[in-house]
Amino acid sequence: MNKLSLGRYVPGDSILHQLDPRAKLVSGFYFIIVLFIANNWQTYLLLWLFTLGVMRLSKVHLYTYFRGVRPLIWLILFTVVLQMLFTAGGTIYVEWGPIRISEFGLINGVYIFCRFVMIIFISTAITLTTKPIDLTDGIDSLLGPLRKLNIPVDEISLMLSISLRFIPNLLDETQRVMDAQRARGTEFGEGSLVQQMKTLVPIFLPLFTNSLNRAEELANVMEVKGYQSGIKRSSFRKLRWKTCDTITLCVMAALTIGLILLRLN
Amino acid sequence: MEGVSADYVIGPIRNSLVLQSIDLQIESGSYSAIVGHTGAGKSSLLKTINGLLLPTAGKIEVGQDIIKQKNNKQALKNIRKKVGMVFQFPEAQLFAETVEKDICFGPLNFGVPLKQAQQIAKEVMQLVGLPLHLLNKSPHSLSGGQKRRVAIAGILAMEPEILVLDEPGAGLDPKGKNEIMRLIKSLHQERNLTTILVTHDMDDVVHYADKIIVMENGRIVRNGDLRSVFSDRLAIKKWHLDLPEAYQFQLEIEERTGMELPQICFTVDELADALMEVGLA
Repeated sequence: MNKLSLGRYVPGDSILHQLDPRAKLVSGFYFIIVLFIANNWQTYLLLWLFTLGVMRLSKVHLYTYFRGVRPLIWLILFTVVLQMLFTAGGTIYVEWGPIRISEFGLINGVYIFCRFVMIIFISTAITLTTKPIDLTDGIDSLLGPLRKLNIPVDEISLMLSISLRFIPNLLDETQRVMDAQRARGTEFGEGSLVQQMKTLVPIFLPLFTNSLNRAEELANVMEVKGYQSGIKRSSFRKLRWKTCDTITLCVMAALTIGLILLRLN
Repeated sequence: MEGVSADYVIGPIRNSLVLQSIDLQIESGSYSAIVGHTGAGKSSLLKTINGLLLPTAGKIEVGQDIIKQKNNKQALKNIRKKVGMVFQFPEAQLFAETVEKDICFGPLNFGVPLKQAQQIAKEVMQLVGLPLHLLNKSPHSLSGGQKRRVAIAGILAMEPEILVLDEPGAGLDPKGKNEIMRLIKSLHQERNLTTILVTHDMDDVVHYADKIIVMENGRIVRNGDLRSVFSDRLAIKKWHLDLPEAYQFQLEIEERTGMELPQICFTVDELADALMEVGLA
């Protein structure tokens, strides 16, 4: 149950840890957009260098990043295979009945794979180095302008922070319930698919009921403590924009220029 | 029942040494209490007895079955059948639509036919002192104490030879807690269940258990009968343990009167007798 690395914070004092969450969020989203500029091996090389550089800066062990990819690897491979099979053009390497792997297909597959992995690496780097609470503060601050459109930004960010807050609890609880049911003779990961699905019922039902109970308790506690939606709240932590955050944005701009130059070549 | 000898030598588990080279023997038919400060490794020790936490070194013997680092599934299953484990807040594991189905869940997993499991469910309901008409109710409609009884019944339905309980009284009102503790004691006596209890409450220990096992930082620092352990007051203090209420009171009396009672009293009745003996009451 402790295998989920996406969305886990690793305390540290690296440069990435010190950045303003807003800078990290903006850069992260921007990176995903910029990815689509890349179309040849030089641009991908540059992106890889950037990604690996960021991973290095986070001072988190590389193994943690690979674990982040692992749960999604089948989804990624599935997409890659689809790309490979349905992109035509260039030399054809394999032709076997309706299956045909072409040069372009292969290249496209590799590119797609790189894109996925880089997106995961970068977003993992952000969540690993940012406290969930800072992350939601950042989102709250970034979504601020939407308040003018009557969008309940505060409520959205509160919901986010509550759900992030309870992920570890839920994982612990899952472990506990699994232990309890294993002690009653359930074997997980055994038998046919249907049997395996059946063993999940005794886990999910207690988890759901417990979560619902807890949600109700939490709602009561919040109400008792005077929480009301739609009212302006002051915040305990203030986000401060520093020079290194501006530098980060400059690095992103430089990355974009580099990519455009390499693409035009 | 086979003699339960559990020898553990457990090395590092993940990043921290949860249990360190533990050697322990628990005799069949005994009632032992495991005490210790938070994080001493009590719950981990319980989990190893049931094979939920596998030892990184050493082995655990339960009757004829042995748990090691690598196990065949059958041995684990045998052990889990033999060792009934009641977790902290066991009502959190209830899931079925009816009490009966929930109680039958364990036996069915161990291959007991449905008819027989339903028969067992009736028996254990009586055993834990719940009326039979609750069998067809949803476990979530019951009160806290009743839910806990149902959860314990679900474990008893597996007909274990060893009952392992992690703070069975936690979160219940004093009356409910006493009832549960008395229930466990009577099960221990009537069914000759080897009972292992984890608790923080020293009064529970002295009222119900025969043996006490003190844990600290993943080690067993003391293992013996009640009086010998509690008479070592310096050590008790060092382990951050409390004294049973009656004994605290006894010490207070001894201090005020300057008299010494002939023995350590664990219960109010014992204390009263001792006081009469020395002529203070």
